Amino acid sequence: MADILIPDALELKLSPKDFQTDQDVRWCPGCGDYSILKQVHTILPQLGLKKENIVFISGIGCSSRFPYYTNTFGMHSIHGRATAVASGLKATRPELSVWIVTGDGDAMSIGGNHFIHLLRRNFDVNILLFNNQIYGLTKGQYSPTSEENKITKSTPYGSVDHPFNPIALALGADATFVARSIDRDPAHLQQMLLRTWKHKGASFLEIYQNCNIYNDGAFEIFTEKATKKENDLFLVHGQPLVFGNLEDKGIRLDGFTPQVVSLTNGYSKDDLMIHDENDINKSMILSRLYEMKSEEYIFPKPFGVFFIRDRSTYEEVMNEQINTSVGKLGKGDLDKLLIGKENWIVE
Amino acid sequence: MGVETKILEEVVIKFAGDSGDGMQLTGGQFTNTSALFGNDLGTFPDFPAEIRAPQGTLAGVSGYQLNFGSKEIFTPGDLCDVLIAMNSAALKVNLSNLKSDGIIIANISGFDVKNLKLAGYDKSPIDDGSLEGFNLIKMDVTKLTRDAIEDIPLGVKEKDRCKNMFVLGFLYWMFDRPMENTINFIQSKFSNNEDVREANLRVLKAGYHYGDTTETFTTRFHVEKAKMEPGTYRNIMGNQAVAIGLVAASQRSGLPLFLGSYPITPASDILHELAKYKNFGVRTFQAEDEIAAICSCIGASFGGSLAITTTSGPGMALKAEAMGLAVMLEIPLIICNIQRGGPSTGLPTKTEQSDLMQAIYGRNGECPMPVIAAKSPADCFDAVFEACKISVQHMTPVIFLSDGYIANGAEPWKFPLTSQLDEIKAEFAKPLENNEKFLPYQRDEKLSRPWAVPGTKGLEHRIGGLEKENITGNISYEAQNHEFMVKLREEKVNRISDYIPLQELDNGPEKGELLVVGWGGTYGAIKAAVKELLTEGYKVSHIHLRHLKPFPKNLGEILNNFEKVMIPEINNGQLVKIIRDKFMIPAIPYNKIQGIPIQKTELIVKIKELLQ
Ligand SMILES: Cc1ncc(C[n+]2csc(CCOP(=O)(O)OP(=O)(O)O)c2C)c(N)n1
Ligand code: SF4
Repeated sequence: MADILIPDALELKLSPKDFQTDQDVRWCPGCGDYSILKQVHTILPQLGLKKENIVFISGIGCSSRFPYYTNTFGMHSIHGRATAVASGLKATRPELSVWIVTGDGDAMSIGGNHFIHLLRRNFDVNILLFNNQIYGLTKGQYSPTSEENKITKSTPYGSVDHPFNPIALALGADATFVARSIDRDPAHLQQMLLRTWKHKGASFLEIYQNCNIYNDGAFEIFTEKATKKENDLFLVHGQPLVFGNLEDKGIRLDGFTPQVVSLTNGYSKDDLMIHDENDINKSMILSRLYEMKSEEYIFPKPFGVFFIRDRSTYEEVMNEQINTSVGKLGKGDLDKLLIGKENWIVE
Repeated sequence: MGVETKILEEVVIKFAGDSGDGMQLTGGQFTNTSALFGNDLGTFPDFPAEIRAPQGTLAGVSGYQLNFGSKEIFTPGDLCDVLIAMNSAALKVNLSNLKSDGIIIANISGFDVKNLKLAGYDKSPIDDGSLEGFNLIKMDVTKLTRDAIEDIPLGVKEKDRCKNMFVLGFLYWMFDRPMENTINFIQSKFSNNEDVREANLRVLKAGYHYGDTTETFTTRFHVEKAKMEPGTYRNIMGNQAVAIGLVAASQRSGLPLFLGSYPITPASDILHELAKYKNFGVRTFQAEDEIAAICSCIGASFGGSLAITTTSGPGMALKAEAMGLAVMLEIPLIICNIQRGGPSTGLPTKTEQSDLMQAIYGRNGECPMPVIAAKSPADCFDAVFEACKISVQHMTPVIFLSDGYIANGAEPWKFPLTSQLDEIKAEFAKPLENNEKFLPYQRDEKLSRPWAVPGTKGLEHRIGGLEKENITGNISYEAQNHEFMVKLREEKVNRISDYIPLQELDNGPEKGELLVVGWGGTYGAIKAAVKELLTEGYKVSHIHLRHLKPFPKNLGEILNNFEKVMIPEINNGQLVKIIRDKFMIPAIPYNKIQGIPIQKTELIVKIKELLQ
């Protein structure tokens, strides 16, 4: 991702250490949040941004403690509303680099409304969703991304809720950048963080995060050596969709229906679906891939950038309107406004 | 038969008709004309909750009351002198508010079988003698309108839409008013539709000449100019004054204005108005709900904007949690609540003052916030300007209260010019060099903390809703610290009383038997009642509170100068509870909770009773 490096980054001479704060990090030992914090601290010095021009805004939840541990401007706001706070900041201060840190309860449950509206408006912000498929801070209730039948404190007989698919939800809300990564793959996570930042517009990065206290092992099959190659599908723009222990499997499209095919048994890479980040229909298919059912095989889980599109950002258009109006009417004259259109004089 | 002209000091007209009859516009035009003529005035529109209530029904009646005079006017008036009834329902709804010798102008075609039935009349009240005593003027407005524009190629529906102009023209004749203002209005409003423009102009004039030519009307009325304080005036509505006040505060503080809002009656007009002022750098953000609206403001304020959120009761309820965050963050933010009848959806288009307790106490935790209330349409400007000033200079969210009555009401406004407005001093924390440590909760003599906006070198810091240590702002769950911080935040708000003016007596002697204490939109009625009683020799005084938290420092002293304190409110007794609690006096409530303003006459009765 060398192309993302900005020359200023070298001049500013910032290191990950510069982004650490003097506050004790209070996550449970072993929590996936640590890795995410580390990767963010690793990429921040590479962005060529001055520390004072970066703002982290979070909601409430374990993950939302994040700003306290990052030496930039930061706000730990209220449950579910980081997206709304960030919208107001970005609308008025478009030059700032604004990052939102949120959890699956924070963004998908209480903050679901603001989440989809921020995406459709396309503020140029970066949303990092730490998805651990559980409520961590409130000690282990199921979340809107928990699987069906999940046994938790609040669902002793199993959850009857059907979960959200955050990637599909973001695509449905017309997000202009949608990607997924995972806490245990630092290299991939760094790469995705950089691409998230690089996209101009609302960038949504779902990060699978292990909560080793209330939902340990939720993403194990995607991270353990024995299973990950069979279950992870890494998306690369312009490349065929290949996975498997021996890179011997691929995803093929039969009309609009994806299927898993073996590359050792009749099919070649030329037959496979080619990943196209700019194709909304293909991205939608990929967003649902893992949920597809087949008697013969299981579908892998895609990681990487699902979709990118260029669209004007909210703040750009908002500021353009202001400039146009000033151009047309001249800078507002308060006296004229006070005087109004019709007056009369009393002597 | 000659026409005599009677000189009147004060007239109350009620324009009433079906929602589609254009009564708001008619009333508004008559108001502007009277204002430009030089009358003092007060108005009160009263519209149905439904956008298109079934035609002809009682629920669909839309009214606009105007009180204008050659003397000082403080309210839209109690009982009407003139009632325009465009249909049967309009008569039925408004008749009880007409003076016993009042004039009724009834549109005959609104009293046909269908309309009578919809209004629940068995017999036509304009024909059965039941209106005896009133001065009943029957006009077939619909027919007269159609006749006047017979040759204009418009459909019947479009023609009938000009009916209100006939009435307006007639009233201009009756009250001896010039038509220029309305003629100009029609010309610009329908500048690109010749037929409609021509039709409206012609009907307006037809109405005027109808008075002139048909010899049935023997009396015209004349209301002289009012003797008002010299100066230049304009007519202003409450919500409009709020919007202009906010722009003024933005200009006088040098802070860009950001409005985060979600539409709700009766606050939406502030959003509509501010959305026009883009060339003042105003950013308006129509959020997805009230929570997002206030949260976007918190983000904008964190970034250094003058952030405003506007709403009404139900929206206030949704904003409560975020208001708490703003209190913890100690950043400027102005929350405008244009109150309406509650609870829940309540009476969306009716007025009430029932969110005072909510403003002062309605949040989780000990969550103090200054509260300021406007008393009249024009006062909305000063009050909201002051709310901004306190918010910015004391680094605190502030609640501004108005209500549906003053929001939609209008009055003449002797407006200030920029140079007469205070400067609002907004100070941002300066950049720090050489790794100096920034202390986000270091305080000045007002106890306010620095406004440290992103983008300023060396000020990187984290703030949030968790309890924090003073000075450093670090999270702290320490027991003593929490108690200290709760008291500190309370003291910070209380200390504002050192910076606001002392309470002044509005009227009456400084000491005595009875003090009437008001707040908000009851001002006009109390003012008028007390003034009248004083001229009759009664001993009664009036103060009107703008600052509801903190109170002006001398309030206790004033209250103690009177034997009795009476507090009229359009709620079930809210300020009265706060005053009793704080000053331990047996304040007497006077409450009206009908979604309509308190009237001067009822206050006079009550005050006389207390003076016995
Ligand atoms: C208005 C409100 N309701 C409820 C809560 C309690 N609460 C805090 S965090 C949380 C859920 C956190 O889950 P998630 O967003 O997934 O974050 P995690 O802790 O798992 O990182 C809840 C319900 C709150 N703080 N505020
Ligand atoms: S509860 Fe779970 S998510 Fe929260 S800090 Fe502990 S491990 Fe992490």
